[in-house]
Amino acid sequence: MKKEDVPQDLSSLGKITKEVCYATDKSGKYVTELSKGWDVKITALDTHWEEIEQRIAIAKQKVLNHEASPLLFFMEKNLMDAVLLAGYAGFWKWQVKRHLKPGIFKKLNNKKLQRYAEVFNVTIDDLKNINVHEA
Amino acid sequence: MCMKLNFEHLQSAHCENGVTRSLLKNIGINQITEPLAFGIGSGLFYVYIPLLKINNGPVIAFRPMPGLIFKRTCKALGIPVVRQKFNSKQKAETFLNNCLNNGHPVGCQVGVYYLTYFPKEYRFHFNAHNLIVYGKEDDNYLISDPVMETVTSLNSYELERVRFARGTLSPRGQIYYPQAGAHITEDQIKKAIVSGIKKNVREMLNIPFPFVGVKGIRYTGNKIKQWRNKLGVKQAGLYLAQLVRMQEEIGTGGGGFRYIYAAFLQEAYAYHPIDELLEISKMFTESGDLWRTAAVQAAGIYKGRITSQEDFNIMGNYLIEIADIEYKAFTALKNIKWA
Repeated sequence: MKKEDVPQDLSSLGKITKEVCYATDKSGKYVTELSKGWDVKITALDTHWEEIEQRIAIAKQKVLNHEASPLLFFMEKNLMDAVLLAGYAGFWKWQVKRHLKPGIFKKLNNKKLQRYAEVFNVTIDDLKNINVHEA
Repeated sequence: MCMKLNFEHLQSAHCENGVTRSLLKNIGINQITEPLAFGIGSGLFYVYIPLLKINNGPVIAFRPMPGLIFKRTCKALGIPVVRQKFNSKQKAETFLNNCLNNGHPVGCQVGVYYLTYFPKEYRFHFNAHNLIVYGKEDDNYLISDPVMETVTSLNSYELERVRFARGTLSPRGQIYYPQAGAHITEDQIKKAIVSGIKKNVREMLNIPFPFVGVKGIRYTGNKIKQWRNKLGVKQAGLYLAQLVRMQEEIGTGGGGFRYIYAAFLQEAYAYHPIDELLEISKMFTESGDLWRTAAVQAAGIYKGRITSQEDFNIMGNYLIEIADIEYKAFTALKNIKWA
């Protein structure tokens, strides 16, 4: 890539920091150049987030339909799967899978709920009522 | 505790190169630029892991395991390294504080998801990021993140959270730094360049799995052609978006890595005046350009602008062409007669 071809499409990262790119100058020698972002990368990220938003919406509906416990919603919201959530909350994967069932979730004591609430940065009430505070 | 080590923040294209370069510079080794660290550390890699999924898409890696570039570069240059992982968060913080008290800025492997100074859109459960801690003021650790233009900070809770991120490649508080006092000669750098290139040639050409190295790139190219029929246009588009994210995202990179490697070969020429190095450098530039062209094609597909089987064939063929170029480039590197 030539130095003058380093893309400068402002990304959300570009507002905070530019990225270093290696590119060639007129004599063909490699130099560094700062980039604000690249449209192709921005849309790849956007595409990914659209998919995540969809998964969250589906999860939310499942919770409202009592097909899943609120954990599913927060799990998707935090881009986690059962293994990862188990790792953060200090449970086994099979325990998390059980807790994803609404009936079993309702019977969880506050101590266990608190472990989940901490992972998601919410209160126990928020966890039960799927309240989200956007940080 | 309030202390700030004398440390110069340097921005880099790739986090681990940056950490390596900065930590070495901090102990008085100024010759190792980012491309040299990348090349001596054999930073080019490729693997497409079949059957496994991450973020509901294919697992594709453009780099060796986190920590390897630092480890190999220091080893090749004969610099002793201190490296530690922890089971206890308490011990991990005590160790960090001791390092700082003894005057060592340290590299830390961290997860990106809870990294508060990154924009939300970039925060995934990705555990192979590296940063440097170079001091502490009250409860705030002073951070030099090589992909950022300026220094930043994390409070002790935030730092603990990213050092103990969970999931694939969890860092487990991993800390590392090169020991001071080493002095390296030009001759050592010359030897390190040769061993770094040889190792990279082996990793890209000689690993006997069809989905690793140059073969892996060709394998992915062939797979992509089947994605449309197998997964449907929408899912196949998401897969390609994932490929591009893995390829071009900060700290990782397919296209970007080729340019750094091309820059490395130019710098290697200054130590080993062998004309082939400059020619092969151009081949990696060509490959990097083609990775970027492929990303543009992928973007056309995941934006839904072009979605025919022919478009997927073109996409797959770009990767096959890249594999051909890189096969030639690495074979040429393999055949160099080092003085």
